[in-house]
Amino acid sequence: MSGVEYEPVIGLEIHVQLKTATKMFCGCRTSFGEEPNTHTCPVCLGLPGALPVTNERAVQFGMMIGLAFGCEIAERSLFHRKNYFYPDSPKGYQISQYDVPLCLGGQLGDVRIHRVHLEEDAAKLNHVSSSGRIHGADRSWVDFNRCGTPLVEVVTEPDIRSPEQAREWLVVLRETLRQIGVSDVNMAEGSLRCDANVSVRPEGTSELGTKTELKNMNSFAFLERGIKAEIERQVGLLHGGEKVVQETLHFDPTTESLTPLRSKEEAHDYRYFPEPDLVPLLATEEMLTAAREALPAELPTQRAERFERELGLPAPRARELAFRADLAAYFERTLAALDGGDAGAVEVANWIPQVVARIGSEADPGSSRVTPESLAELVGLVSGRQVSRDAAREVLDVLVQSGGSPKQIVEERGLGAISDGLQEAVDRAIAADPEAAQQVREGNQKALGPLVGAVMRETKGRADGGEVRRLILERLGS
Amino acid sequence: MSDELIALTAAEAAARVRAGELDPSELFRAYRDRAAADGLNAFTWVADEIPAPAASDTPLGGVPVAVKDLFCTQGVPSQAGSRILEGYRPPYSATVVEKLSAGGAPLLGKTNQDEFAMGSSNENSGFGPVLNPWDRTRVPGGSSGGSAAAVAAGLAPWAIGTDTGGSIRQPAALCGIVGLKPTYGACSRYGMIAFASSLDQAGPLARNVTDAALLFSQMVGRDRRDSTSVEFPGAVTLPKAEDLKGVRLGVPEELTGPEGGVEEGVRRAFDATLELAQSLGAEVETCRLPHAPHALSAYYLIAPAEASANLARFDGVRYGLRADGDADLLTMYSRTRAVGFGPEVKRRIMLGTYALSSGYYEAYYGTALKVRTRISEDFKAVFSSFDVLVTPTSPWVAFPLGAKTDDPLAMYLNDFCTVPMPLAGIPAVSIPCGLSEGLPVGFQLAGPAFSENRMLDVAYALEGAIGFDGSPARAGANGGQPS
Repeated sequence: MSGVEYEPVIGLEIHVQLKTATKMFCGCRTSFGEEPNTHTCPVCLGLPGALPVTNERAVQFGMMIGLAFGCEIAERSLFHRKNYFYPDSPKGYQISQYDVPLCLGGQLGDVRIHRVHLEEDAAKLNHVSSSGRIHGADRSWVDFNRCGTPLVEVVTEPDIRSPEQAREWLVVLRETLRQIGVSDVNMAEGSLRCDANVSVRPEGTSELGTKTELKNMNSFAFLERGIKAEIERQVGLLHGGEKVVQETLHFDPTTESLTPLRSKEEAHDYRYFPEPDLVPLLATEEMLTAAREALPAELPTQRAERFERELGLPAPRARELAFRADLAAYFERTLAALDGGDAGAVEVANWIPQVVARIGSEADPGSSRVTPESLAELVGLVSGRQVSRDAAREVLDVLVQSGGSPKQIVEERGLGAISDGLQEAVDRAIAADPEAAQQVREGNQKALGPLVGAVMRETKGRADGGEVRRLILERLGS
Repeated sequence: MSDELIALTAAEAAARVRAGELDPSELFRAYRDRAAADGLNAFTWVADEIPAPAASDTPLGGVPVAVKDLFCTQGVPSQAGSRILEGYRPPYSATVVEKLSAGGAPLLGKTNQDEFAMGSSNENSGFGPVLNPWDRTRVPGGSSGGSAAAVAAGLAPWAIGTDTGGSIRQPAALCGIVGLKPTYGACSRYGMIAFASSLDQAGPLARNVTDAALLFSQMVGRDRRDSTSVEFPGAVTLPKAEDLKGVRLGVPEELTGPEGGVEEGVRRAFDATLELAQSLGAEVETCRLPHAPHALSAYYLIAPAEASANLARFDGVRYGLRADGDADLLTMYSRTRAVGFGPEVKRRIMLGTYALSSGYYEAYYGTALKVRTRISEDFKAVFSSFDVLVTPTSPWVAFPLGAKTDDPLAMYLNDFCTVPMPLAGIPAVSIPCGLSEGLPVGFQLAGPAFSENRMLDVAYALEGAIGFDGSPARAGANGGQPS
């Protein structure tokens, strides 16, 4: 029906490779990018007669993830066989978890978690074709190094309402898992994989529409674009009076097109049944305690909340700083060095992006020449109006290049704020632009701009902008 | 000379080797020559070379052992009786095979079997049927038909097989030897090509209870590589009971009544054995296993379901047969499995796949699991009042080749008395108790989990009283030719 406004309803299904030393059900080393079929054994090759043995560390990592999300850890969970034929599945079934998974419920940020469970990864197929994809390939090689690597599958509730939110939330997930230490969570290397379930419904309604599954979005950008494209496609269909068909779609980022992989009629019946080669997994008190103790004292979401609550940072800034361990550490060390401490938190927080912009977004400010102590000193100079913001940015440029003490740099380069003669400069500016002055008298704040600008030009940017405004307003009596 | 050697039981031969009276190489050669001249098709592979003598005081005394084809044996064809694994030589050995070797029993050969352990007559082998040494027109039983026939015919002093629904006990019964299915978990399944994971168990086939106990003692033990294996509580002891005073034997009505279709001759031999037991001092009474009549149905849902998944790995990709490798994936899969699997295997894969399908799981597999629990509970209840349960092992003696191959259900009825025990995970043993029309009759004993020591003691006492003579089968083995 055209004219109806639709809202997207998105859920994510994420697979995370755990960075255990060995595989989920055998003692082979986990690896990436090594010579094919050099880390295999009868178990992960699915040779006749081989049997699985559960990896203790993988279970612990699974529990850590569940605890970090506030999930219920099942006292007793089961492994199930998920049966299907494909060359990347040597046993003809994957050992996974089905209706009695390790973790249920939970939340991360503003998205609820449905479940978290353990399973084993499949082998890697290398198709011999010009594109590397299966179409047009006349043969494929199977590399079993990856086969059996421990995976955790995280399934969210359909709480996400936009492609941007999906991307942002996935960043939160990645950072949380990285800080817990259970995975490299590297999308390019395949240790973080994400599929999306997308549907739309008329705004304001609560029933779910037909959902499609999007696969093969192997970067954050592709994820966002793929979901966006699918939402547009579904809305387009519905506006045209057609229905959305439940299917699995593959997103091609170069063409922004979505191709069906398989339709509902071909949907697999996995014939799940409990894995008879493994006994039920019991979560003992010892295991839970060990998992809790292995978690870091504070998770990114908890840290962001603390920054907001205790330090008064606005939510976006709090998240920006909390979700990178290096930024959070740098921020807190700077605060510690600041006179007045936490009271200057918002100010310090606003300067960190300035540092990041100058050293590169991937670099750790803690390793730069801008030490927390020097940043604290600079922030102090700005707060004390001894240096204007513009001048402070110049000082920062110098700090990034060659380090040093902000006070010294200000002195050496004569960057100190001008307060002498400021009143005279203000008077001169007002005299030079009587129209603007009249506007300000009448209450039009926008007219301040040209007056402030004139003073700043005259003082070569060394006056404190806030102070200039104050003087002008005072002089013009409004 | 070698006739004398063949006449020794495994325990006797081991004792002589340890005492320095017998050269284990000579023993090996005697059996190897008989195995190589096998006219029963009991072997799929026989060792070429005589192994260097092991340390002389091993528990198994250098007495060679025949191993069922489905045990992975490094570098040796391990085909599970199937063309889909023809010529497959694993890069590793099963734990149980390694233990026997470490215990001092060199590998004599691999024995023929029903394909993937599915069958009760050894007529489902991809490598031809095995013949019963008592009568070569008849089946030896299955699926460990090769192991049973080899031991009965004196082609091997002892052997190991596997039992899922009766595959050690029933061929032991039809061939007049002893076959033990241990408690589930007592022996490691690592390296055993799987049929039904929750039922399969490795076990010994031997001429008498003492030999079986001796071989079994070297097979048990928790294996880190098998999550379902359990440490056997205490040591496995050799039996020595002289009588059965104070032993309470239970005769389950459901397994010994008309439903099982027990033959007249089998019934007579079974009853006579019960009388013998009483004369030894045992108390013999009937008992109830109310859900036992459903055991066969539950078994023929659970086992094929697990098998349908266990056999999915035979797809032509990594090992074994690959048919139409140049065609597309689906064609390669289908052709490989169509050509490589025999009809009974295909039947069970389809049955198992169906039982697990969406919409049918609860009605079939799910219900079978519940029946299984009930059967376990029945046994637990009964063992509070009885030490050992007894039944005929097989409702009939060895039948002619081809007699039951037209009707799969008729073939499944072979397992009527043997199937309840693996469902409950409890041990059971078959010993020969007499002849009917010149063919051996088997007597089955079953006990609670890990009660093998007591169960074998009871079997040993009965065996002594029965006095079964298995030598005719050994004499007739190679067409009566002395080696």
